[in-house]
Amino acid sequence: MLKKTLLCLAVLAVVCAGAVLAAPKPGGTLIFGRGGDSVGLDPAYETDGNSFMICDNVLEALVEYKDESTALEPGLAESWTIAPDGKTYTFKLRKGVKFHDGTPFNANAVVFSLGRQMKEPKLKFSGKAWEIPAQERPPEYWVSMEMDKTVESIEAADEHTVVFKLKRVDAPFLANLGMDFADIISPTAFLKNPKEFVRNPVGTGPFKFVKWVKDDQILLEKNTEYWDKKAGPYLDKAVFRAIPENSVRFLELKTGNIHICQFPNAADIPLAQKDPGMKLISQPGMNIGYLSFNHTKEPWKSNTKLRKAVAQAINRKAIVDNIYQGQGQLAKNHIPPIMWGYNDAVPQVEYSLDKAKALLAEAGFPEGKGLDEITLWCMPVARPYNPEGLKVGVAMVADLAKVGIRARIVSFEWGTYLKRQREQPPDMDLFQLGWTGDNGDPDNFLAVLYDGMASSSVRTQWQNSEYHSLMEQGRQTTDQAKRAEIYKKAQQLMYDEMPVIPVAHSTQTWPLLKNVQDFKLHPTASIRLKNVWLEK
Amino acid sequence: MAAYILRRILILIPTLLGVSIIIFFMLHLTPGDPAELLLGERASDEALKNLREHLGLNKPLYVQYGLFLKRLVTLDLGETIWTRQKVWVEIRQRFPATIELSVTALMISCTLGMIFGIISATKQYSAFDYLSMLGALAGVSMPIFWLGLVFMLIFSVNLGWLPISGRLSVGVDLEVVTNFYILDAVITKNGPALRDALWHLIMPAFTLSTIPTAIVARMTRSSMLEVLRQDYIKTAKAKGLSQFKVIFKHALRNALIPVVTTIGLQFGVLLGGAILTETIFAWPGVGKWMYDAVMQRDYMVIQNGTLFIAGLFVIINLGVDVLYALINPRISIK
Repeated sequence: MLKKTLLCLAVLAVVCAGAVLAAPKPGGTLIFGRGGDSVGLDPAYETDGNSFMICDNVLEALVEYKDESTALEPGLAESWTIAPDGKTYTFKLRKGVKFHDGTPFNANAVVFSLGRQMKEPKLKFSGKAWEIPAQERPPEYWVSMEMDKTVESIEAADEHTVVFKLKRVDAPFLANLGMDFADIISPTAFLKNPKEFVRNPVGTGPFKFVKWVKDDQILLEKNTEYWDKKAGPYLDKAVFRAIPENSVRFLELKTGNIHICQFPNAADIPLAQKDPGMKLISQPGMNIGYLSFNHTKEPWKSNTKLRKAVAQAINRKAIVDNIYQGQGQLAKNHIPPIMWGYNDAVPQVEYSLDKAKALLAEAGFPEGKGLDEITLWCMPVARPYNPEGLKVGVAMVADLAKVGIRARIVSFEWGTYLKRQREQPPDMDLFQLGWTGDNGDPDNFLAVLYDGMASSSVRTQWQNSEYHSLMEQGRQTTDQAKRAEIYKKAQQLMYDEMPVIPVAHSTQTWPLLKNVQDFKLHPTASIRLKNVWLEK
Repeated sequence: MAAYILRRILILIPTLLGVSIIIFFMLHLTPGDPAELLLGERASDEALKNLREHLGLNKPLYVQYGLFLKRLVTLDLGETIWTRQKVWVEIRQRFPATIELSVTALMISCTLGMIFGIISATKQYSAFDYLSMLGALAGVSMPIFWLGLVFMLIFSVNLGWLPISGRLSVGVDLEVVTNFYILDAVITKNGPALRDALWHLIMPAFTLSTIPTAIVARMTRSSMLEVLRQDYIKTAKAKGLSQFKVIFKHALRNALIPVVTTIGLQFGVLLGGAILTETIFAWPGVGKWMYDAVMQRDYMVIQNGTLFIAGLFVIINLGVDVLYALINPRISIK
């Protein structure tokens, strides 16, 4: 009996010790090593990850994405209701929240932060109105997410209630409000010096902005008055150091001078695995790398069999295994498997030279006869969804040759590539491109990338009325379960029609020091240090 | 002399005008578009159109050039496309870092290069001569990129003597006055920051100095050899002067002319070579900044940054010419 009791006590002691060990310890400075410096820190005008990762910690939005997913949770808004017609969103704001400059967070701040991005602002303040500054330049994300077509007006009903009236039903609207461009800034701080806010952001986030040494480091410090007392911040300070060279950044990690190494060389990952002082963290990215046909010209435009033959001729698995170096996942759909609405019932495109040859003959081009030499446009830069466009292209050309299709690689400098691709020139047959998602909504992939009937900005320009109507339905339905069904249908349709060949979703893997606790990578690539702490 | 300097400064104006024309049109005729690069894959037609209009890229090229010149005349370098900061502010933040690095590298190359060159010349065909000239050959041939990484592996990772990258350790506070960290540390009497800044400077400066050291060494050697064969040196030796006096008082001064020219030109090369060094050592200077600007087609940074560097280069050359007169009284400036 005594023995049993002792054993129980011992077990209890171990469990308690474990619990104590796992409890976050406050204090310390975390140094984050990244590939480049931020461009600017006004969330409305930024477009790059290095800028957003600072905004992620200094500023907050009405709604936030949950850890490791894009499901929404309350942020600066405590709760919200959507009117039955789907055109009025009412947000109840958190009370007692203060900006880093000591001014209160309230409905007027929300009206100001988002209202300043509208082309023709229709706003209502509660009490004293803020003056809306002239736009420094078009707010890129607000324009790209078509917010002006969606938002009719923003009104402060009282000090802690904001009402958005919409021009149209737009299901992804709520998810859009979780993106960085919708962060709430301190109007007082902004109006004090509108030109300098971009280098001196003031928000409500877990960290305060302190100092920026251009091309070197950005220093943040703990916001001791952070509203969420249940969670962090635990770190006293966070430093974001720009170390452009991947291998040098890894050496800095190896010697313990930084805690986290962003975007390591693939060759350094096995080294990190062996290093007793390091650990690895992985997260499937919210992205897709694809190979598309030029849908503005024949034979690609209307010959489905030919498109399928090309898809079956390319050994995509070999490409993912060898060129993505273990950091990729073979894609069968055009949204990543981590996203809601993913249709797992869609079959994988089979790699089969025989079937490809048979389809090619059925399509009217037996052994490639009748097809001139085609061009395959390859991306000149590394992107998360395609680390080596040229290598991927070389592999594809070799695969196509096996079924008799002669293809030639074409590439341009990145800006030219993007510009010429948009023009859909006749000298382009196949092209590589891809996408990293913004808000975790399937619409942000399936409509933005493939519904050519919606806009001439859609890069693939596939025109299919059935698909277009599915996308319209998806946008106008607010019930998520119903929307998921719509998007599943769309994915099946894409498999049947094969307008674009899905290639890969990449995974990101970063090494970090063992003493860094509770650091998680997010599918949207945002970097959040709120819950991170350092074990001494 | 004053008239000469004034004339040279006046020549600066047509020189810079020429540079501005070449840079502007080369840049704008090169494929690529900052708006496309800024917005990336997600750019909508509307966003692109808005941004191009905002940046004035939709105007005809000659109008854009005219606007650029108009700003220059009022000494306004404009705002960068990406960071929306005054170009002049960005230069002021980064230029001191590059100057600190290049001047240190230049001092290392002058000292080491001249010492090796003089010894090699006086002990021609000795083991030292062969070794130092072999070293010089290796110095010019080694890629900076590779050398920097090797230095890091040896001195930082294995020996732990020097920091890997950056200008100052995280946690070292320094009140920035001029952005020349060493100078700032001295002005504010901040001992720890001074030590830390110097400590960070050693490895990148040595890496950057390898090529100029090698060139200065070879130049000094050949120039010295030529002078040492002159009759007046024989006379000096025959007079019974000490070897030291012969070399430093009579030979070196005359041998220095081509060396000073080389050093002046090397300074420009250093500013260019700094791009690689700055990238590897995460040194926040102007080289890395310009490189990024080219990749991003930030026209404002490239145009104005290049003009600034070109202007500086011309002024340094002027300084070198004035220095000739000081070294050698036979050369007079009219």
